[in-house]
Amino acid sequence: MSKKTETIINVLLIGALLLVLFILEKTLPSTHMLFTVLKKGAIYALVAVSMNLLNGFTGLFSLGQAGFMLVGAYTYGVLTIPVAERANVYMYFDGGLIQFALHPIIAIILAGALAGLFAYLIGLPVLRLKSDYLAIATLGFAEIIRAIFQWDKLGPITNGSNLLRSYPSYKSVLFYFVAAGLCIALIVMLINSTYGRAFKAIRDDEVAAEAMGINLAHHKRIAFVISSFFAGVSGALLAMYQTSVQAAMFKSAMTYEILLIVVIGGIGSITGSCISSFLFIILSEWLLRFLDTETYIGDFHVPLLRSGFRKVVFAVLIMIVVLFFRKGIMGTREFSVRGIYNKLTGKKKKAEKGGGANE
Amino acid sequence: MDWISRNLPYLMAGISVGGQYALIAIGYTMVYGILRLINFAHGDIFMCAGLIMVYSVTVMPMYLAIPFVLVTTVLIGFLVERVAYKPLRSAPRMSVMISAIGVSYLLQNLALYITGGLAQQYPTIPWISDVITVFGVTTKRVTVITPFLVIFLVVVLVLLIRKTKIGMAMRAASKDFETSALMGIKINSVISTTFIIGSFLAAVGSLLFFSNYTGVTPTVGAMPGLKAFVAAVFGGIGSIPGAVIGAFIIGISENIIKGLGWTTFSDAFTFALLIAVLIWKPTGLFGEAATDKV
Amino acid sequence: MSENVLKIEHVTMQFGGVVAVDDLNLEVNRNEIVSLIGPNGAGKTTAFNVVTGVYPPTNGNVSFEGNVIVENHPRGKMKKLYHGDHADRYMKSLEPTPDKITKLGIARTFQNIRLFKSQTVFENILIAEHMRRTSNLFTAALHLNGAEERAMHKEAEKLLAILELEDVRDDMATSLPYGKQRRVEIARALATKPSLLLLDEPAAGMNPQETMELTDFIGRIRDDFHLTIFMIEHHMDLVMEISDRVYVLDFGKLIAQGTPQEVQQNPHVISAYLGVQEDE
Repeated sequence: MSKKTETIINVLLIGALLLVLFILEKTLPSTHMLFTVLKKGAIYALVAVSMNLLNGFTGLFSLGQAGFMLVGAYTYGVLTIPVAERANVYMYFDGGLIQFALHPIIAIILAGALAGLFAYLIGLPVLRLKSDYLAIATLGFAEIIRAIFQWDKLGPITNGSNLLRSYPSYKSVLFYFVAAGLCIALIVMLINSTYGRAFKAIRDDEVAAEAMGINLAHHKRIAFVISSFFAGVSGALLAMYQTSVQAAMFKSAMTYEILLIVVIGGIGSITGSCISSFLFIILSEWLLRFLDTETYIGDFHVPLLRSGFRKVVFAVLIMIVVLFFRKGIMGTREFSVRGIYNKLTGKKKKAEKGGGANE
Repeated sequence: MDWISRNLPYLMAGISVGGQYALIAIGYTMVYGILRLINFAHGDIFMCAGLIMVYSVTVMPMYLAIPFVLVTTVLIGFLVERVAYKPLRSAPRMSVMISAIGVSYLLQNLALYITGGLAQQYPTIPWISDVITVFGVTTKRVTVITPFLVIFLVVVLVLLIRKTKIGMAMRAASKDFETSALMGIKINSVISTTFIIGSFLAAVGSLLFFSNYTGVTPTVGAMPGLKAFVAAVFGGIGSIPGAVIGAFIIGISENIIKGLGWTTFSDAFTFALLIAVLIWKPTGLFGEAATDKV
Repeated sequence: MSENVLKIEHVTMQFGGVVAVDDLNLEVNRNEIVSLIGPNGAGKTTAFNVVTGVYPPTNGNVSFEGNVIVENHPRGKMKKLYHGDHADRYMKSLEPTPDKITKLGIARTFQNIRLFKSQTVFENILIAEHMRRTSNLFTAALHLNGAEERAMHKEAEKLLAILELEDVRDDMATSLPYGKQRRVEIARALATKPSLLLLDEPAAGMNPQETMELTDFIGRIRDDFHLTIFMIEHHMDLVMEISDRVYVLDFGKLIAQGTPQEVQQNPHVISAYLGVQEDE
């Protein structure tokens, strides 16, 4: 199969996917659970892939994702609330300092940029640390970011610990898919570039990578900033999806959740992260919902089922994956048209690692 | 004089909460010393101890509830190690850390399920919760007791590690895990003992901590857990006296910051301290330097 | 008239109170193969690590092609701990990171093979092309540097062909037999286009047959790539056969230097390796 046909098939598949989504949106009621799941799934896929870029492809075990999402979400909210609404939203801060509103798309890009800027500054000291110390330091910085955004002295900008709301948001599931898909495609292209090869070299062996002329500090910083940029974008999308946002939700538990998605998908697999994000969201928001409601079968009260049980089942499932299926769904492999084609035709290349993702 | 009497309450609260962090920090530092693992679930074990107390006083008298809490917490710590960490003994360090994060997630969700997400009121333990007046400051007796109890427990622990056979095995394992296994040290029982001691101290810490801060929520362990970890790093990870001194310093500074009216930043301060220590003196106050071999 | 490629002057490396390398002076001339030998723990790898920027020396300097590339003098805590000479001789502290040294044209291999384990032989070699990139992050990430990418691939293919590694091109580097892995590691170092190659025990763990092949290989790459080679080695057959000159290190100190034959006869060397017999 030539590269050209592969590209054509990929484009056709993406087109078909978008078309199906478009038709679904026209036919099903817009409040259908499917759309909730798909939107949130796309957002989580983006943030999981951005985390995978660091943890899976560069070998930097960072736990700051929630903090950068928060920066993105707030940037988006703060910059897009219509001027007319500001007095209402910032009621404790006299309408706030900022008296303009940007176009949502510009705000999303700025959301990523600001998260990237935070990452650059945080990275200066933190990226010198190794493995678990890096993890704990980034976790710490995420908490510091949260504290700063909730600080009442910054209230005129961030609205303190109060909700940000009334900002514009796109309702169509297509928007979330196109935005997240575009970002993921950019990350995949980066990974397949010469920079991506340098990242993987750093992951495999820092000392050898350095001996090959790769500037560790520079490349780690690039990976960290880019990962945070996309975490910021996903934060903006999440804010948009939720229609209101509050710093308190971006706790370390959120980072843990994203990390576990990455682990389940396979550390070092982009398609794995995408699949497991949708799986995670579909299960937790939809299919396992019944675990949270008290149920009677005839007169029999099904034991254990009540609010919160879903998450317990979920956590147990995750522990099973972590302990017994350490490679996750995909390991480091990728799901690709070429891979399937080769499988079907029985053609096997030595050390086949698959092509790019076809998200 | 005026300044002292104004700030004494904060200082006392700082010493007290520092002592409680110290009890948690010992668990972190001992586990890290041997397994090189940040036991992310340790703070949640502390939280579990709090919840067990809440529920056990509803079915048994206080004099039974306290030992019950200690025993069950130790059991949870022991089980967590056996189920979630032992199978990964030969796996990369990151896998074990991910497993620890998974356990933390599980314990928090389990607590969420059991409590229904509502903060549970911690029972009043007689005598230690009594209100007393020291130097003109009204406080609970627990505030005054904590530092002494902590010092007592640390002395016992240090003696245990210095003088007993299992203590010697622990020191050997933390110096060189593999070699000590080759020398016939039963590494699994050493690790279990470490988790048992750590969980026991966390349980004691929870008795003291929740006597002052009485709301037990599923995520209540996360912050004290992280702070205790920072204390352990600050003191030089692997060093018990270091962890204790680090914990007191953090507890006191945090409360002084609160006293200055910067409450929002009291948590942030801890992490700023962590990052500063990691960058300028990664081995902490009492840690030993280790270099990577190329 | 021979020309210095590498010159190490008064290099001392002290870890706390332990002196790993003590006032080392040596030079390597163009197109020479020079070996550094000595018992285990003599400080050979430490000397390599100083040259390649893994750690800055406590005192002394290193020049490459006539330019000082590494220099340091006892500072801070080391001021008190340092007991060697020449402490006032060097003023600068020049501590480049290893990647900068590689870019200058010094490549190295490692005592315990450090190949990129999740990558194929080809990918291992391709990574070296990264440091010569002219594209920036954006053009590379958006794949606008097609010509450069093709050139990178071509270079790596060419090297594989010269070194006869084409048959293992798509094998995982770490799945190869030990001898082959060593060769891939050397190939990877060559891919950075060095003028000076440092080999850290290239024959470690090899059987006599493999060692012989390696001896030929090293001689061949020196000629084909116009290299200067500086290596650490324990296999005396290899050292004696291809070295132009040999330096002997013991407890961090240089105890002998000269041609292989001279060194072989040197009583200090014999006693360092065999121990001194007291009744003689």
